[in-house]
Amino acid sequence: MRQIPFTAWIGLILTGLFLICAIFAPWIAPYGNGEIVGDVWAPMSSANVLGTDNLGRDLLSRMIYGARITIFIAVLATALAFCLGSILGFTAATVGGKFDMLLSRFVDLLMAIPTLIFALVVLSVLPTTVVTLILVMGILDATRVYRLSRAVAVDINVMDFVEAAKLRGEGMGWIIFREILPNALSPLVSELGLRFIYAVLFLSALSFLGLGVQPPDADWGGMVKENKDGIVFGIPAALIPAGAIALLAISVNLVADWVLNRTSDLKGGRGNG
Amino acid sequence: MAKAQAATHKPEMLLDIRDLRIEARVYPPDEAPKTITLVHDVSLTLKRGKVLGLIGESGAGKSTIGLSSMAFGRGGVKISGGQVLLNGRDILTLGPAGVRKVRGREVCYVAQSAAAAFNPAHKLMDQVVEAALLHGIATRAEAEKRAVALFKKLSLPNPETIGNRYPHQVSGGQLQRVMTATALCSEPDLIVFDEPTTALDVTTQIDVLAAIKDAIRDTHVAALYISHDLAVVAQVADEIVVLRNGRLVERGDTHQIIKLPQQDYTRALVAVHEIDHTEKQPSPSPMLSVKNVTAAYGGGVVKVLKNVSVDLHPGQTLAVVGESGSGKSTLARAITGLLPPEQGSISFDGRTLSNRLADRPKEDLRQLQMIYQMADVAMNPRQTVRTIIGRPLEFYFGMRGKERDQRVAELLDKIEMGTGFADRYPAELSGGQKQRVCIARSLAAKPKLIICDEVTSALDPLVANGILKLLLDLQQEEKVAYLFITHDLATVKSIADAIAVMYRGEVVRYGPKSQVLEPPFDAYTDLLLSSVPEMEQGWLETAIQGRRMESAGN
Repeated sequence: MRQIPFTAWIGLILTGLFLICAIFAPWIAPYGNGEIVGDVWAPMSSANVLGTDNLGRDLLSRMIYGARITIFIAVLATALAFCLGSILGFTAATVGGKFDMLLSRFVDLLMAIPTLIFALVVLSVLPTTVVTLILVMGILDATRVYRLSRAVAVDINVMDFVEAAKLRGEGMGWIIFREILPNALSPLVSELGLRFIYAVLFLSALSFLGLGVQPPDADWGGMVKENKDGIVFGIPAALIPAGAIALLAISVNLVADWVLNRTSDLKGGRGNG
Repeated sequence: MAKAQAATHKPEMLLDIRDLRIEARVYPPDEAPKTITLVHDVSLTLKRGKVLGLIGESGAGKSTIGLSSMAFGRGGVKISGGQVLLNGRDILTLGPAGVRKVRGREVCYVAQSAAAAFNPAHKLMDQVVEAALLHGIATRAEAEKRAVALFKKLSLPNPETIGNRYPHQVSGGQLQRVMTATALCSEPDLIVFDEPTTALDVTTQIDVLAAIKDAIRDTHVAALYISHDLAVVAQVADEIVVLRNGRLVERGDTHQIIKLPQQDYTRALVAVHEIDHTEKQPSPSPMLSVKNVTAAYGGGVVKVLKNVSVDLHPGQTLAVVGESGSGKSTLARAITGLLPPEQGSISFDGRTLSNRLADRPKEDLRQLQMIYQMADVAMNPRQTVRTIIGRPLEFYFGMRGKERDQRVAELLDKIEMGTGFADRYPAELSGGQKQRVCIARSLAAKPKLIICDEVTSALDPLVANGILKLLLDLQQEEKVAYLFITHDLATVKSIADAIAVMYRGEVVRYGPKSQVLEPPFDAYTDLLLSSVPEMEQGWLETAIQGRRMESAGN
């Protein structure tokens, strides 16, 4: 792990901090998640480092618990989107023919409906639990991943080394996971960074509209909603979760950029030429 | 004209390169980045109106030196020492603006791949006159007139209208000639030809070569002609410089270099094509028998193979020869099952092969291996050599762990590469080494037949020679048969036992080597044979006159 560039260090440290907050939330947070500790929208003080929110709860504690919920849902939704999207995309590219046609048109159909509206309809019908949230977000995001991985795999599928593998008699599994996947990793990793952030933003949007994480729990998007009225009075409580979303977006993408550099190297990461 | 007056003041010595040193920074595996010297203090001179040939294998620095005459260093390359005197002044000291005035006006460049060098979004005429207009040498009307005259001189079809076409609308050989016209249009003093015919078929190469030679003679332009093919350079150059690893090996006039080479390396280059190979007699029962195969692309619309029948005997080599588009690679695809034939049958080792690849048992797949033209793309860039060679061992023989690694080491030894290569990635190998690894991969399956699709076409002559010798040795040891697809007749002579000549999807001539290469020839075989450049000055003119038919012009 020599020669990690400066920007990657920043990304790694920040992402690491966010993860530590998320995992050890009950131990780190000075107060409980729903505990009312003071006045409504109290300013920053030594007791409440970031002040309090619209109900007088400690904002720092809310932020830390919020990190846990936000990152947990976003990570699982992105993981689901990538597993589903890339495997189906690769399979469609390798099998081709009718299978590819059916799957691609079905994905087009899903994509034709605006994601947010689709999610709103589904979530208003189904009970709003964390599992449904993850499933809805994962499946909707998988359509994007499917398009990308299919496009990348179609190009790789016509290369001579894939033909050589087919001539050898290799099965679908080897061709997808050993021949195509390693060569498709670069675009997928860069997409992974983006998709994770979209998942965070999507979750925030859903929570803002009241269909995401339900109170008293809140993700960062929900916290923006709770505190948005304060902005009019010059109270920064809404800006802090918003800033955290931005910071997470940047730090995750700094890490993704670095991983991208490593995976796009054809010499096993041994040179940087 | 002002230009003619200026010409009288120009010195007799057009290009004078003195102690040129070119360096580049490299990032080798397992080592810290370092600076290497690509060109070691090379000096050469070129008089006005003369042609100088630069010869050498890849990595010899010939393109790098050629481009230095335009004060250009490709891809991170740095010109770190010496002088390049063009028309009496050092162009390395001119600075960006000064160099821009020189390029396209005093020196022009003809690239190896014209298809990649033209902008596909603009018409040919716009690109041909661009440099002349940019430097204010001529008005648009004058430049276009000159371009049409050049198209005529380069014997392009429809010289008046070809300029209105886009690059994809003309063939590769024609595009290369248009590129020569582009270089000539601004009436430069020097043109750098960087392997202009290497990517072309033999039958097309001869046309382009003749056109370039005539154009150079009529316009009195000087030229640097870069190629790895000594026989080609011998046709156009007055003088030849032989380069190796960035050092000057030998220079002399063309006659001296090809007839009386002084250095061992030059002798090796001159003698490169000759491998003695005695023809084997056909056995009573052929191992592979292709009977009346017809195959087509696009659901039967484009017929690429018409009623093709050939036989291949155990442990022997059948060469399939023809120019691009003759269907020789399609024949390989039909045999491997990638393109199921519409009619006809293919029997192998006494049994009939299924038409479709998916229907063939694993054993059939193992017995029949393939080696590709482009070793770069035939290997997964993300797998190490160990995985690439070891996979067929795992897949066909179930070898694992130590047993497999040991066999990989044996195979690496067979292809004359050390075990140290096992952990390298394809990007860390040279072109010849890549092809050797591909050979090892196909040998790992212990096949009875290997289809070699233009395996030496992308390689330098000396490296290609090494690969051919290796293939012949392996044939002796392993008793494997080759179906050898190529457009290069010199290769055929050194390796084949039987030859099939293909033209537009049909086998026009077929039989044992001695019989096929014995007169009387049919018109197409004659064209193919007479198009192979010979190491003789004046061969080009004789060959052009003696031709009985035009090439297909691909």
